[in-house]
Amino acid sequence: MKYIDEFRQRDLAEKVAGAIVREARSGRDYHFMEFCGGHTHAIFRYGVQDLMPPNVRFVHGPGCPVCVLPVRRLDDAVELAERHGVILTTYGDMMRVPGTKQRSLIKAKADGADIRMVYSTQDALKIARENPKRQVVFFAIGFETTTPPTAVALVQARREGLRNFSVFCNHVLTPAAIQHILQSPEVRDLGTVKIDGFLGPSHVSSVIGSEPYEFFSEEFQKPVVIAGFEPLDVMQSTLMLIRQINEGRHEVENEYTRVVKREGNLKAQALVSDVFELRPRFEWRGLGSVPYSALRIRSEFADLDAETRFELSEKASREVKSCECPAILRGAKKPTDCKLFGTVCTPDNPMGSCMVSSEGACAAYWTYGRFRTRDGRTAGKEEIVA
Amino acid sequence: MNAIDPNLQGSNDVIDMTHGGGGRAMADLIRDVFQRHFSNPHLARGNDGAVVELPPGRVVVSTDGHVISPLFFPGGDIGCLAVHGTVNDVAMMGARPLYLTVGVILEEGFARADLERIVKSMAEAARDAGVEIVTGDTKVVEQGKGDGIFITTTGVGVIPEGINVAGDQARPGHAIIVSGSIGDHGLAILSRRENLEFETEIRSDTAALNGLVGAMLAAVPGIKVLRDPTRGGLGATLNEIALQSKVGMMLDEQAIPIKRDVAAGCELLGLDPLYVANEGKLIAICEADAAERLLEVMRGHELARDAAIIGTVVEDRHAMVQMRTRLGGARVVDYLAGEQLPRIC
Repeated sequence: MKYIDEFRQRDLAEKVAGAIVREARSGRDYHFMEFCGGHTHAIFRYGVQDLMPPNVRFVHGPGCPVCVLPVRRLDDAVELAERHGVILTTYGDMMRVPGTKQRSLIKAKADGADIRMVYSTQDALKIARENPKRQVVFFAIGFETTTPPTAVALVQARREGLRNFSVFCNHVLTPAAIQHILQSPEVRDLGTVKIDGFLGPSHVSSVIGSEPYEFFSEEFQKPVVIAGFEPLDVMQSTLMLIRQINEGRHEVENEYTRVVKREGNLKAQALVSDVFELRPRFEWRGLGSVPYSALRIRSEFADLDAETRFELSEKASREVKSCECPAILRGAKKPTDCKLFGTVCTPDNPMGSCMVSSEGACAAYWTYGRFRTRDGRTAGKEEIVA
Repeated sequence: MNAIDPNLQGSNDVIDMTHGGGGRAMADLIRDVFQRHFSNPHLARGNDGAVVELPPGRVVVSTDGHVISPLFFPGGDIGCLAVHGTVNDVAMMGARPLYLTVGVILEEGFARADLERIVKSMAEAARDAGVEIVTGDTKVVEQGKGDGIFITTTGVGVIPEGINVAGDQARPGHAIIVSGSIGDHGLAILSRRENLEFETEIRSDTAALNGLVGAMLAAVPGIKVLRDPTRGGLGATLNEIALQSKVGMMLDEQAIPIKRDVAAGCELLGLDPLYVANEGKLIAICEADAAERLLEVMRGHELARDAAIIGTVVEDRHAMVQMRTRLGGARVVDYLAGEQLPRIC
């Protein structure tokens, strides 16, 4: 497969791994946060950590779209389907994420709510066209990558006069989240979370470009390398980060040049700003309330905004006590630091969002790394790799 | 591809409630569709059950329910799938499958032409596999209470003298062989799902494997484990065997055969081919020194041209399946929690 196989070659991986071993200085550690769940997934699925020397570590970031959605918003989605009787359309990842009292969309569906998994916003529009007497809501989540398709759907619905379609908007923004992590006391003052640099988002950057990261690489003096989602992308970007640090640089570099341009996709950006505007604040699971970190639907499209169309009740939404998802999403804890990991909380019975998505750190640990030690033995929880 | 058309209800072209009512309509349906295509002396006798002769040996019985959407897909349909599935389950015990029973549940409104097509396909598949469909049952449920058609088949077979195949016999050092490319069936089905249609040449690999198993056991009677990696794919099936045998496994990702189109389809949908279903592949585990001989015999059979040794059984009290990735790292190949869900990012 073109553009895939080239980036999974063993001989190249060995070469890059060799360079990393040579250039990583033995007197220090390198802690790199891979922002995106896509990177986390690649690191685990291909065993990238095994190819790194012990002093090069990955810190898993919050860039897993379903992981950062607060319980309250999920409870709202369940309410839309159950109380308002809409057809709720959603991306598959979202189905099993537990809300308050472990209530997930898949459970609501089993109890009779009309919840349908879609692959794209176009499927949601199609369902709305085919069910003119029903209200159809698209549960929009994700970072900048999934935002343009939602914008397209809203523009299309407006043009077609599709009155039974609306969007429950939960789109969030990457640069604001990275900045928030860098400003957190754990990173800035206490130094309990060590982050020496970032593997920057790949798909997100294809939309927003590499430019938005320039501010905080300068402000916080942390190097950023935009990295593709293939394992060789991750390894090459890691090498680029090590070189920047060794040379005392903190720049935004782009490893993913086959897709990402400095200015990004201007057409997509224009479309998004036609339809969406910044929310002054938005609640993230793990990061708390982050200013200007999410989008809402502009007033011109208010009639297609599910939050305007349906009255959502006040709720006492609660995460499971002692679930460490929030700290894990900030990079402050590892999945294995959580009491629930592997005992109460498994992919079969997830207590927190990080155990659901294959991009979530807990699910990746569990699925690919559980009981595996660096020398390839299998062993108890305390010895897990990563 | 749903066969039900409410406008045709009540006409001769669709199944209605009388076809399951025990009266003449049902008798006609059984005679004109099932007996006609499955024709054999056992059925023709019209008794409540079949009386069959079995050669000497231990008897294997296995049953499997078949539900699938769409009913017709590239490379097959629910009819041949229902035959292959059970024939293969019997064959994976090292047995020679001989007889099948068939239970069909039809939904009111199901097109009779589709039923004919499915039954014909079952008859052909059974003939090709050398098994007889000796008894059956038909029921009709009201519209909305079934998904067109459900088929349950039970197979009976006999294990020849000297053969002892079971899931708990994998031991450290044994070789793990797969009979060909993985994921073909699952991807073929997905490519025809209503909300997902994409252009591809991928066809389901659905096939009866009893002929292949016969040839394998004739060459290497000491095969320890045979299993067909259907639902849950190669990943789930190897985990089952590892748990049953209380061993670990180390796979080599580069050795696992995957068709280009299947790999591309999986990339597109964010799926891991290790967990995508197969209906015409098997996993064989045998002593290391018999592996090359077994592989040679398999590759000589049309259903296993791409057979490959994909890994080794290792000692591991945690019974984990691990894989050396093509990049040179390693990972655990775990059971999935449920169905694979496509990723967002």
